Amino acid sequence: MSLWEYANPKRFMALSGAVLPWASALAALCLVTGLIWGFFFTPDDFRQGSTVKIIYLHVPSALMAINVWLMMLVTSLIWIVRRHHVSALAAKAAAPIGATFTVIALVTGALWGQPMWGSWWEWDPRLTSFLVLFLFYLGYMALWAAIDNPDTAADLTSVLCLVGSVFAILSRYALVFWNQGLHQGASLSLDKEENVADVFWYPLLVCIAGFVLLFVALVFLRTRTEIRARRIKALTARERMAG
Amino acid sequence: MIPDLGKYAVWVLAAYGVSLTLLVGLVALSLQQARRTLAELRRMEESRPPQRRRGPETLPREQAPVGAEERANG
Repeated sequence: MSLWEYANPKRFMALSGAVLPWASALAALCLVTGLIWGFFFTPDDFRQGSTVKIIYLHVPSALMAINVWLMMLVTSLIWIVRRHHVSALAAKAAAPIGATFTVIALVTGALWGQPMWGSWWEWDPRLTSFLVLFLFYLGYMALWAAIDNPDTAADLTSVLCLVGSVFAILSRYALVFWNQGLHQGASLSLDKEENVADVFWYPLLVCIAGFVLLFVALVFLRTRTEIRARRIKALTARERMAG
Repeated sequence: MIPDLGKYAVWVLAAYGVSLTLLVGLVALSLQQARRTLAELRRMEESRPPQRRRGPETLPREQAPVGAEERANG
């Protein structure tokens, strides 16, 4: 069986219908476990105090904000190259989720920055590239909403997604490229010396799993809605032609 | 019940409050849109002329009505 068979809406609906309840239940379990563990059962950091608890929201949402855009990039490329409607609709469905994750990352970052840096906002390379990524999310959704023809909308939003990918990558590697700014290095690393302490690391991993599963559940749910909305449009057009 | 968050309590609680509100709002909005669209699709399929409402198992795939396959799959 080829992966491309899931470009068939019928097969996608069958697969997503089977996966959705499991992904939703696992997402809820991981998020509740990770956030309760992190909020109630981890100690304060010796420098950051209790603000370290914001890490359980900030890091997973920032990670997903970038990765959702990269997922949209892949599905947009599939649309451009192979013209599979499900992939274009999946990108459209993912955008509001990614935008929400980006807002959470920006807001929790500001709420952490005020007591730690003494500032809500700095024009730091990573913060600035994240803000630009958020603007790209807004532009992407606005473009889908502004164009009536779905194929034209998919074409133009795919091109916008390609351009915005530069900022998604910049958001991830801004610190490496510029090596300046207030934002600290990655909280997660394969190098044990650079990584956060184990007491924060394990609940953080559970929260990240929760955010990933929440995204999977939501993108399946929203793509199914988009496919049904497309069918409603087709039926309406058919009825108009018949009547 | 709530751990002692010290002088940073406002910032931590605000971060959790805003984030959870946004996440719950996104889930609620997605579920509402999904339910509304499914109801609309079902209403349209039920209001179609009866001669065109035969199941996909009785028609070749290319002749099956739009939406019938999905309805058959739940």
